Amino acid sequence: MRLENAAIAAVGDVSVDEIRVSITSDQDIIAARHQGRALAVKLDFSPGDATLIATAISELARNIVSYARHGEIRIRPAQNGERPCIVIIAWDDGPGIQDIGQAMRDGFSTSGSLGLGLPGVRRLMDDFEIVSEQGKGTTVTVRKWKP
Amino acid sequence: MEVPILKQGSFLIATVQAALTDADLLQFRTAIIHQVVRSRSRGVILDVTDLDVMDSFASRTIREIAQMIRLRGAETVIVGIQPEVAFAMVQLGLTMEGVATALDLEEGLAYLNQKIKTVAS
Repeated sequence: MRLENAAIAAVGDVSVDEIRVSITSDQDIIAARHQGRALAVKLDFSPGDATLIATAISELARNIVSYARHGEIRIRPAQNGERPCIVIIAWDDGPGIQDIGQAMRDGFSTSGSLGLGLPGVRRLMDDFEIVSEQGKGTTVTVRKWKP
Repeated sequence: MEVPILKQGSFLIATVQAALTDADLLQFRTAIIHQVVRSRSRGVILDVTDLDVMDSFASRTIREIAQMIRLRGAETVIVGIQPEVAFAMVQLGLTMEGVATALDLEEGLAYLNQKIKTVAS
């Protein structure tokens, strides 16, 4: 199931600058957002945007820990013409999301958490794409563009 | 990373000094409740000035802590939420509903003193 079929051609590519953080515990959540903030600062994002990016990573990584137990956060710079952006890919091979439409509504959760995760992340970032297949896993790709 | 808790008269001051894991937060929740009971505290200040990310788990846990402390008859005030963190929280849809917030430690103390005076009179 696919939501917002944005053209993300580079999803499978491994860029040299890509940072990969394996996510299996709550400590990895902190490591991932740390890396994300560091790259955002390096790419000259404002402190405000760096915080939005770090917060989005925190939510995505937490979803991996809560729902899939194991996965990966990939962070890398990208560009559309002259305009740079930061790309965050949250990948897991967990159970997948049964109903993405439902998961994207505020207040929905199946793990007893607040359930603000995905719609919140969508608001924090500029682009949001989610691909999920039951029994195979979930990949969320988000981007923040330099203003 | 443990959150140090200082006793200051009838108040407790807890200062978050680095990013907290979920486990750290839950441990802090237990520690602060016990300390409130042990010290018969009237108020708690939670200083989050050094916290660079407040995600859904952190804000929910902090709200729970404030609610538990209120059930003990004490007040909690969160101080030092950074402007960028506040912006991200609002975007994420997180509010600190029902939890007092103040600019900094000084304002937080003033708030608690005021609150306790009101209760006493």
